[in-house]
Amino acid sequence: MSRPLITVDGNEAAAYVAYKTNEVIAIYPITPSSPMGEWADQWAAEGQPNLWGTVPLVQEMQSEGGAAGAVHGALQTGSLCTTFTASQGLLLMIPNMYKIAGELTSTVFHIAARTLATHALSIFGDHSDVMAARATGWAMLFANSVQEVMDFALIAQAATLRSRVPFLHVFDGFRTSHEVMKIEQLTEDDMRALIDEELVRAHRARALSPDRPFIRGTAQNPDVYFQAREAANPFYRAVPDIVQATMDRFARLVGRSYHLFDYEGAPDAERVIVIMGSGAEAVAETVAYLNAHGEKVGVVKVRLFRPFSASHFLASLPPTVEAIAVLDRCKEPGAAGEPLYQDVLTALGEAHFAPQARTAAAPRVVIGGRYGLSSKEFTPAMIKAVFDELAKPQPKNHFTVGIEDDVCHSSLAYDPDFDIESPDTTRAIFWGLGADGTVGANKNSIKIIGEETPNYAQGYFVYDSKKSGARTVSHLRFGPRPIRSTYLIRKANFIAIHQWGFWERYDMLTAAEEGAIILLNAPYPPDQVWDQLPQPAQEQILAKKLKLYTIDAYEVARQTGMGVRINTIMQTCFFAVSGVLPRDEAIAQIKHAIEKTYGKRGPAVVQKNFEAVDATLARLYEVPIPDRITSTKSLLPPVPPEAPPFVQEVTARMIAGEGDLLPVSALPADGTFPSATSRWEKRNIALEVPVWDPDVCIQCGKCVLVCPHAVIRSKVVAPEALADAPAGFLVADARWKELSHMKYTLQVAVEDCTGCRLCVEVCPAKNKQIAGRKAIHMMPQAPLRQQGRIHWDYFLRLPDVPRSNGLAFHNVKNIQLLTPLFEFSGACAGCGETPYVKLVSQLFGDRAIIANATGCSSIYGGNLPTTPWSVNGEGRGPAWSNSLFEDNAEFGLGMRLALDKQWDYATALVQALRHLIGPDLADALLQADQSTEAGILAQRRRVATLKSLLQQKQAEPAAAPLRSPITDLLSLADVLVKRSVWIIGGDGWAYDIGYGGLDHVLASGRNVNVLVLDTEVYSNTGGQASKATPLGAVAKFAAGGKATPKKDLGRLMMEYGYIYVAQVAMGANDAQTVRAFLEAESYEGPALIIAYSHCIAHGIDMARGMDQQRLAVQSGYWPLYRYDPRLRAEGKNPFQLDCKAPSVSLRDYIMNEARYRMLFQSHPDVAERLLAEAQKQVLERWQAYERLAAG
Amino acid sequence: MPDLSTHYLGLHLRNPIIASSSPLSYTLDGIRRLEDAGCGAVVLCSLFEEQINLESELLDHYLTYGTESFSEALSYFPDLGRYNVGPGEYLELIRRAKAAVDIPIIGSLNGVSTGGWIEYARNIQEAGADALELNIYYIPTDPAMTGAAVEEMYLNVVRDVRRTVHIPIAVKISPYFSATANMCYRLVAAGADGLVLFNRFYQPDFDLERLEVVPHLVLSTPFAMRLPLRWIAILYGRIKTDFALTSGVHTYTDVIKAIMAGANVVMMASELLAHGVRRVGEILDEMRQWMEEHEYESVAQMRGSMSQIHVAEPAAFERANYMKVLGSWRPDPTGMAPY
Repeated sequence: MSRPLITVDGNEAAAYVAYKTNEVIAIYPITPSSPMGEWADQWAAEGQPNLWGTVPLVQEMQSEGGAAGAVHGALQTGSLCTTFTASQGLLLMIPNMYKIAGELTSTVFHIAARTLATHALSIFGDHSDVMAARATGWAMLFANSVQEVMDFALIAQAATLRSRVPFLHVFDGFRTSHEVMKIEQLTEDDMRALIDEELVRAHRARALSPDRPFIRGTAQNPDVYFQAREAANPFYRAVPDIVQATMDRFARLVGRSYHLFDYEGAPDAERVIVIMGSGAEAVAETVAYLNAHGEKVGVVKVRLFRPFSASHFLASLPPTVEAIAVLDRCKEPGAAGEPLYQDVLTALGEAHFAPQARTAAAPRVVIGGRYGLSSKEFTPAMIKAVFDELAKPQPKNHFTVGIEDDVCHSSLAYDPDFDIESPDTTRAIFWGLGADGTVGANKNSIKIIGEETPNYAQGYFVYDSKKSGARTVSHLRFGPRPIRSTYLIRKANFIAIHQWGFWERYDMLTAAEEGAIILLNAPYPPDQVWDQLPQPAQEQILAKKLKLYTIDAYEVARQTGMGVRINTIMQTCFFAVSGVLPRDEAIAQIKHAIEKTYGKRGPAVVQKNFEAVDATLARLYEVPIPDRITSTKSLLPPVPPEAPPFVQEVTARMIAGEGDLLPVSALPADGTFPSATSRWEKRNIALEVPVWDPDVCIQCGKCVLVCPHAVIRSKVVAPEALADAPAGFLVADARWKELSHMKYTLQVAVEDCTGCRLCVEVCPAKNKQIAGRKAIHMMPQAPLRQQGRIHWDYFLRLPDVPRSNGLAFHNVKNIQLLTPLFEFSGACAGCGETPYVKLVSQLFGDRAIIANATGCSSIYGGNLPTTPWSVNGEGRGPAWSNSLFEDNAEFGLGMRLALDKQWDYATALVQALRHLIGPDLADALLQADQSTEAGILAQRRRVATLKSLLQQKQAEPAAAPLRSPITDLLSLADVLVKRSVWIIGGDGWAYDIGYGGLDHVLASGRNVNVLVLDTEVYSNTGGQASKATPLGAVAKFAAGGKATPKKDLGRLMMEYGYIYVAQVAMGANDAQTVRAFLEAESYEGPALIIAYSHCIAHGIDMARGMDQQRLAVQSGYWPLYRYDPRLRAEGKNPFQLDCKAPSVSLRDYIMNEARYRMLFQSHPDVAERLLAEAQKQVLERWQAYERLAAG
Repeated sequence: MPDLSTHYLGLHLRNPIIASSSPLSYTLDGIRRLEDAGCGAVVLCSLFEEQINLESELLDHYLTYGTESFSEALSYFPDLGRYNVGPGEYLELIRRAKAAVDIPIIGSLNGVSTGGWIEYARNIQEAGADALELNIYYIPTDPAMTGAAVEEMYLNVVRDVRRTVHIPIAVKISPYFSATANMCYRLVAAGADGLVLFNRFYQPDFDLERLEVVPHLVLSTPFAMRLPLRWIAILYGRIKTDFALTSGVHTYTDVIKAIMAGANVVMMASELLAHGVRRVGEILDEMRQWMEEHEYESVAQMRGSMSQIHVAEPAAFERANYMKVLGSWRPDPTGMAPY
């Protein structure tokens, strides 16, 4: 029977089977498993049926804990039910997983295995999450490749129904979940053949039903619990045979044969690696290579890890085995060994001690090692190093491979040049930008080659840690043999460089093998390209005899209306020069792919792409290569020489893409990193940057306020401070009454700017001669770069405006002068969140402690290599930490509790040492008014005096009896300066997963400030709906348009009566925003600010984000208000509406946003109905708020 | 009872009032209301190729923007499978309108590319439109472009569409040609079955507070019909084609004047938008009454009766007319206001 050959990634493969074989699906987004839920939601929205002809019910939950609970309920009520998750999400499911297993309930959870957050979060892949769930009583089946994901999803589903033991179907996050592979698609008939309908009905028959009532979930006592727990044993004992039998049936049906432990290698192997997950494929590939070169090695691929069948494992080993290395993709600190290693040892040990179980295999040595944590590369070179280690008389146990451990010396050395790539495989690397469409084109190329030729195809994509100006590197393999290389290409025979600017920063030819083809997108004529290349590139081209092709793709894109999308142009070039397909056929296939990809977006888009393809080949040239080096250009250093040592030695290596080479000793052991590192990473990603016109500028500060990346700053300085100003440094007379004799300057960090244009859009000052030009306007960056760098450096050296110089920092105009302590983050260009975050940093950053929920703000706030939280000239700045997604409010409350306790203790010590300190200082410290900047400054000075005094007393013999309280007070004195606790996160946290905690923390009455950056979706994971998503908006998990209205979080919290609540939108009323932030912080109790944050996931022109904020308010959708409980004490209404009645229709606001518009384009009737309902609700809510404001 | 029926583009109309392209004909309900109100035919809102392209490109842009850049968010929207970014919705409106009403349905098309004009014209015909109005406008801002080149562009569109469809074609043009009469003649020669005079453009305005150019649409005033009235009067009988007068038709007298000038039909939008579609019935009643009072039997009888070739003073439609109007103008018609 022939089955369709498709090119999909692991997530789609798993979701396909899961969707077909389930009735209820509970979902929640978490990287890297989110796409499985997205597929399920999309298929359900499209009305696609499952095996039984009904459309599965897909329900998004508020957390993974919620998803597991819903699954548990659905299972107990007799449905086939599943979910998808990873990492922390799996941890949240564990309590329910114990229950589901304890009740012997059939289900499969599909897991894109991911690293757990420990010293740091990591989105990448390893087995630490699933290993944390190994005690739950679930069977664990590991798929090693995309094909196996599809196969094992079905095998697991069939086996769970038969065994009644629930299954975790595990595959490696990113490496498998996101790897695109050509695979054979299982058919519905395959699924029907494997899934026993009687077992489905039996599952249903075990369900709760009032027609045949029973109870399940009793509380048991010491008398019976133990025995009942043991009663399930027969079910677990049966699992291995059931799985094997299912695999055998699958093999008969489909032709692919699997075993619980699959051995590959020499029948007489002496050295064997035991491993599970995608790394097993690389090991198998290496084993084949080594055996072909005279070695005797093998690999045992563990499929069913739980229940661990010792007998099956032992049987899988070749009798000749002498040495075994067990590789675990996780770390269990303090354990005797990692989980798989322990199981293998146990199996071998039990065989040794139980004569009846003895096997032929009797290895002399078994060692365990760790590899591949957080998607660390696992290559044939490392695998060979493990085999080499096994050959030693006393191999290293508890080793690591793939890193250099210069602390405990656990690591195995390996030869990085060892390579086993097959010469008949095309290995292509593409360097591109997210914005240029490189990855999308490559995914299409894989489809073309995979589905239209007999070749096998594989694609894996490496993305940036930044959301703006993101670099992508695509690794594509095509060849006549199945591809098992689960690692990046290290020897390429084709390298495409889609961005000329990359030559400044990256050595992209290292991976080129001799004779490789290099394809360039160059803004130069072919005869000038050679001279423009940097010297190291010329050297490699000559040394490796590389062939060079070039095209000015941006020019072709410009001429064909493609803008910055050079994807189809470069794709056409790839096919033309790589020869993977005949040219004409390739072009026909590219056009077919364009039609398929873009057809539904309209003929104009298709036509534009066609024209780009047609215009390409005439502009593609081979570059003549001279026989000598002509360039003197070299790579720019990743960081400037004045950067601090840690940045030079560690951060710079990461920026340069050499983080893999950093030894263990270079990294902090506890996850503590220095602040203020983003300033050293000059990314130069903007094509255009803002330029200031001092003659037009009114010095309002709006551009400074809205700049998401803190690249526009202003200072007011004495004229004499500018005496040594560099040429062209612009200043104007300061337009402040209080500072009339001073000079004002506004500067742009051109190397850090993302070119978002928000500043230009908000600038209210227009040139009187040229109305289209404002006080801030955009100009090409490249010509401004050098001078801009000089000006910026000079600007930074100018004195900051003192925080207590008489100016009240209560308005936008004055606040622009406060140094931002959040700068140059990796947020999207034009981000709507970061202006609020920056404002917090300006107003309170020098005394702020920040708890940050996982999400966009934790990623642009804390993702290495460089981080944006910064320090002021005195070395003070926000102290920032991220705990988890779900616990952020509680995490922040803990900080508050600690500070309150420390305050209590410090003040008690001040009282106790009053005689030593002096009553005046003690009273001043204890009674200090810290409600103003001047008050805080005075307290800082008192604390400095106190510390100096205490240090002095500490040394005096007379004070010896008081040494302990003196030392304690010294360690705590800093908390006598008022601390500002901020709890920051997005709507996914505040409205959904963290809502319970948020409610509790706000209700606690403690002095915390909560800032909700409300983008109305889970932005960081790609725009899934949250309870903040508005009625009628399309989002992932709400593909048919959200059918329920947004939760009114502010209103709910106002009900408590003692919580300060404000709803703000900077673009609509920046003065109200500032007022709300100041009031919230000054309120000695809980405060909540809900901030409208426009977002890339809204589908808007990000440059007009602030306009959208204004329209949101003007339409009444987003009323601005403040609820200040202090006003009640003054006999006033605590609720103040800060905006006028709706003056534009909701339609006028929403139709600027693709999230709404696309529903009108896809389901106009539904969209109109939801809009009418939404408009009605907006007006009703407005009326309710008006009544509140009227008291 | 006077006979109000007329012929336009080979179609028999129960009366000469056609609802011209406006928001009133955006929906099936709107079209039904126009029929119920008494309209002789309906010109649907224009299918703008440029708008279709723009919507298509916007959709593509926002579905693509920010994608495949960051590991955790490789896209930001679900794939909804299909989007009505092409002409599908418009064509469906034609199909549904044809099934729902008895009066002729005239499609309207504004293209930007040769391919677009041809393809969409064919689509509109296939959807069942009784006729097609080509809404051609082009603002020639390029100083290097000659009037002849602009005219040739218009003619090519008509020729291309004529070759593509068999349903009648009307061409709606602007008055901004050096030789309007010649242009009209050549359009008919190129294959137009009728001419719609004249198109009105959105004229930009300035917002002085924001120093921005803002699009500005004002509803037509009765004065606006003078220009097409004049040209139809001039062209009637000289060019063998049907005429539709559009712009500034607000009252029954406007309709009568248009027909007397030589128009087969008038097109109305502003009056209906401002005062409701019931105005059609009122105007028809008033028109009948006037015709009865003035003993006109039919629209056909009136048609062209005051065209240039039929009036006593043909020169009144030419330059002297301008001079005469100026000469008859007084700042205050009462003559009583002090200077």
